[in-house]
Amino acid sequence: MAEVDETRRRMIFRTLQGVTLTAVGGAFWAGFVHENAQADLVLRPPGARPEDDFLATCIRCGLCVADCPYDTLKLGAYGDDVPVGTPFFEPRKVPCYLCEDIPCAAACPTGALDLLSLTDEEGELDVSRSRMGVAVVDYNNCIAARGLRCDACVRACPYIGDAIFVDTRRNPRTGKHAMLVPVVDADYCTGCGLCEHACVTEEPTIIVLPREVALGKAGEHYDLPAPDFTPEVPENEI
Amino acid sequence: MRSKLRYVYDHYRFLILRRALQLGILLLFFGANAWGWRLLVGDLSSSRILNAVPLADPLAVLQLLLAGGALAGEVLVGALIVLVAYALIGRAFCSWVCPVNLITDLAEWARKRLGFREPPLMYLNRNLRYVVLAMVLLLSLALSLPVFEFVSPIGAAARGVAFGMGMGWALLLAIFLFDLFVVRHGYCGHICPLGAFYSLTSRFRRVRVRHEKDNCTLCGLCFNACPEPHVLGLVGKHDGTVNNPECTNCFRCVEVCDDDALFVSLSGGWSK
Repeated sequence: MAEVDETRRRMIFRTLQGVTLTAVGGAFWAGFVHENAQADLVLRPPGARPEDDFLATCIRCGLCVADCPYDTLKLGAYGDDVPVGTPFFEPRKVPCYLCEDIPCAAACPTGALDLLSLTDEEGELDVSRSRMGVAVVDYNNCIAARGLRCDACVRACPYIGDAIFVDTRRNPRTGKHAMLVPVVDADYCTGCGLCEHACVTEEPTIIVLPREVALGKAGEHYDLPAPDFTPEVPENEI
Repeated sequence: MRSKLRYVYDHYRFLILRRALQLGILLLFFGANAWGWRLLVGDLSSSRILNAVPLADPLAVLQLLLAGGALAGEVLVGALIVLVAYALIGRAFCSWVCPVNLITDLAEWARKRLGFREPPLMYLNRNLRYVVLAMVLLLSLALSLPVFEFVSPIGAAARGVAFGMGMGWALLLAIFLFDLFVVRHGYCGHICPLGAFYSLTSRFRRVRVRHEKDNCTLCGLCFNACPEPHVLGLVGKHDGTVNNPECTNCFRCVEVCDDDALFVSLSGGWSK
């Protein structure tokens, strides 16, 4: 029987111990981090990079939160359904008021909030370029779509007429009243959530969702004109 | 009265300064978010002094770089400032700035008050922290996420004070109990990858504890007070400076020494 090299055996065993401990610990750690980073319904501040990029760039310092004059932005804490330490907002509580000087993005030291994406061709800041999310209407429960005279969300929108407008229709139930149905144009909607904040229903029937969640994609091979949502209202129905 | 002040000065001057700095930084962070103070805004991962000087946690920045984040220059400058500062003054972050030190020192104080002399519930190698640091870097690269920032009790504490704690207190309580009941100096002395990182970067620091053997009476007070007692290997043996970079420069050993055998050495030169 060959002689056993005890030192070598011991060294290999110690190495395997270390590797196992590291691998098991690493798997749990990676699992927690991966899970914590999966928060699909989080709304980010203006200028935020796409979520994967954002999580790899945001250092979780809260400078954007400290500079937000409306206390809109919060940092995710343990227990919030938000990647821990990253900034987010909940428009039903406090919407983004779209400050013209965009203090949150200007304060960001890492570029996770990218001021360049909020700058127009002349180099002026343009907060209307924010794409924090997109407003989505629940027409089954929106009281305007059921015939009541409400345009709270439309009036609250800072880009009224572009990002949201009223589609007036005849109310088929009464036969003689108008329905003021709100319609969102995702090409203009910043996702600020002023509409969601203003919505009068018990649970908001217009809510802001992250654009990746709410919007689809037609595909490159379609060569179609841009959608035109402007309602066509016959003269005699105005 | 005068002699009492003298006693406090002799035995607690660095401790009082450290606590003042640790709590002061937390107060400034809190005031910045709550009341709009501008002296120090942000948290320990990145901040700004007077809206001008950027500071950043170099390990957080390293994780973001490994994760592939397209970082702006400001945070890189901030990380460089902090890195150079601690390269000069040593691993002082841990004992002078870090809020978790308040918690682990409280656990150590409670241990002493309660007279715990039990052997540790489990054995942890002090080099485990370097393994954890390596895991931080590897996992950040593999997951494209700054993995320590997701679990850091340092972040949880500083960010929690400034921006809202949420359930973060549970993590801090866990560390307190771990240090109190499971392993003495468990978190800061064995696990924390940021402490490991600053140990690696402060090898050539210019501030060290100096020992004069001839004054030493081998009373052991310094070993008892030190959170990393293995760095005091020279005490009672030979003159020189504490050269192990795991020393956090907390200077508790200097304070508790009644024999004028330990000093703060600013000369920068190190001898054996």
